[in-house]
Amino acid sequence: MSFSEQLSTLFAKYNVIDAFWTNVQLTFWAAIGAFVLGSILALMRISPVPSLRAAGTAYVHLVRNTPLTILMTLAILGVWTQFQLSLSSNFETNFFLYAIIVLAIYHAAFVCEAIRSGVNTVPTGQAEAARAIGLGFMPTARYVIFPQALRGSITPLGNTLIALAKNTTVATVASVAEASGMMKSMIEFNSDLVFMIFFVFAMGFVVIVVPIGLLTTWASRKLAVKR
Amino acid sequence: MSQEALVQVRGVNKHYGALHVLKNINLEVGKGEVIILLGPSGSGKSTLCRTINRLETIDNGEILIDGKVLPAEGKELAKLRADVGMVFQSFNLFAHKTILDNVTLGPRKVRGLSKSEAEAEAMQLLKKVGVDSQANKMPAQLSGGQQQRVAIARALAMKPKVMLFDEPTSALDPEMVNEVLETMVSLAREGMTMIVVTHEMGFARRAADRIVFLADGEIIEQSSPDEFFSNPKSERARDFLGKILNH
Ligand SMILES: Nc1ncnc2c1ncn2[C@@H]1O[C@H](COP(=O)(O)OP(=O)(O)O)[C@@H](O)[C@H]1O
Ligand SMILES: [Mg+2]
Repeated sequence: MSFSEQLSTLFAKYNVIDAFWTNVQLTFWAAIGAFVLGSILALMRISPVPSLRAAGTAYVHLVRNTPLTILMTLAILGVWTQFQLSLSSNFETNFFLYAIIVLAIYHAAFVCEAIRSGVNTVPTGQAEAARAIGLGFMPTARYVIFPQALRGSITPLGNTLIALAKNTTVATVASVAEASGMMKSMIEFNSDLVFMIFFVFAMGFVVIVVPIGLLTTWASRKLAVKR
Repeated sequence: MSQEALVQVRGVNKHYGALHVLKNINLEVGKGEVIILLGPSGSGKSTLCRTINRLETIDNGEILIDGKVLPAEGKELAKLRADVGMVFQSFNLFAHKTILDNVTLGPRKVRGLSKSEAEAEAMQLLKKVGVDSQANKMPAQLSGGQQQRVAIARALAMKPKVMLFDEPTSALDPEMVNEVLETMVSLAREGMTMIVVTHEMGFARRAADRIVFLADGEIIEQSSPDEFFSNPKSERARDFLGKILNH
């Protein structure tokens, strides 16, 4: 079979685009969740309250050092199977939501550290100046620290987003029909096309990931703070 | 002083680990008074300044601003801090905000002024310190002297009762020192209560009502500038002046 014949055989039998679309959706929703949770964790880790700091630190270390597959398995076999905690009456949607939540929880730890590395680029003197004009912790974070920290965090946040996009394949553990699961079954039934299959999926992820990288590089240049 | 002092520091001690940085400090600053803190490097001048608006905590003793004890935490502290302006050696302007926004942030978010009110007041202050023409620039586009004058305007925008200056001209190129000192002299003439850490002896002579001399975390002596410079009482002050004035 020629290159194009191989391709059309695969695309005729499988809805590759749909599978990748699932990964894109997982990436999108988990990214939002991870960003919100990660920002809260970052706030906790820089807060003046020792117990909040400790809780934030514990979360990051615990979650960051646990393999994602294990978290996903824990969510499905532990939370879902043991407690029957249903997030949707639709079976597929339920697992899809589980996957998003686990991905968000996991990547929030990395988002937190990315933001914190950005916070470290903001001179402490500016935080002191903000406190000295009477701004409390939250207004100081909101108006002075975070706007500058985010600019410094764009590159590590971009890297986290890229990792997230690739890590969506772990959702297959939660029986979500996404690209890597499809790839596995394709290879099972078309072992003669294994290199072609690999090529298709590798390219699929390149198509998702490369724009993220370009975008973050562009954004971090565009938004760099002049000192 | 007959009237109650605006700033009262009573029996304040502070340690950094084993280092006793402030040793039983007692200091009263009257309304409109200009105090210059002098002392060798590491004597605790910055630390004392920073405890007065609680950027540093204290171990014991108390600090009162206009009769109110500085609270330890929270909203009350933020409110009292707004009454104490601070100017830092390194300017510390908000790098992502324009000059105008640097000055209006506090009045808008702490005092609750509208944007237009805050901007009108900010422009007056910027004019007063001579940088109104730079209002829409970013801090990095200004010279050090201009940045420090903006920092002074930013602190004044809160209408503070007292202003703290921690070596405000030490990070400046020599040709910019005077423009900042001039701004401070005119503030002093307007009756602003000021506590200033500086090595500018000319300024100290000219603007100070009282010199407070610190060494090793202790107030060694306090006197009028004339008396301090011509007839220092302590050996340590004589030593310090000898080193500074012979350069
Ligand atoms: N954050 C800190 N942690 C530990 N030691 C400090 C800290 N800040 C200042 N010190 C020490 O406290 C002493 C007084 O410092 P400082 O108040 O900055 O003196 P000055 O402003 O008179 O030069 C110095 O010995 C300094 O090394
Ligand atoms: Mg100092």
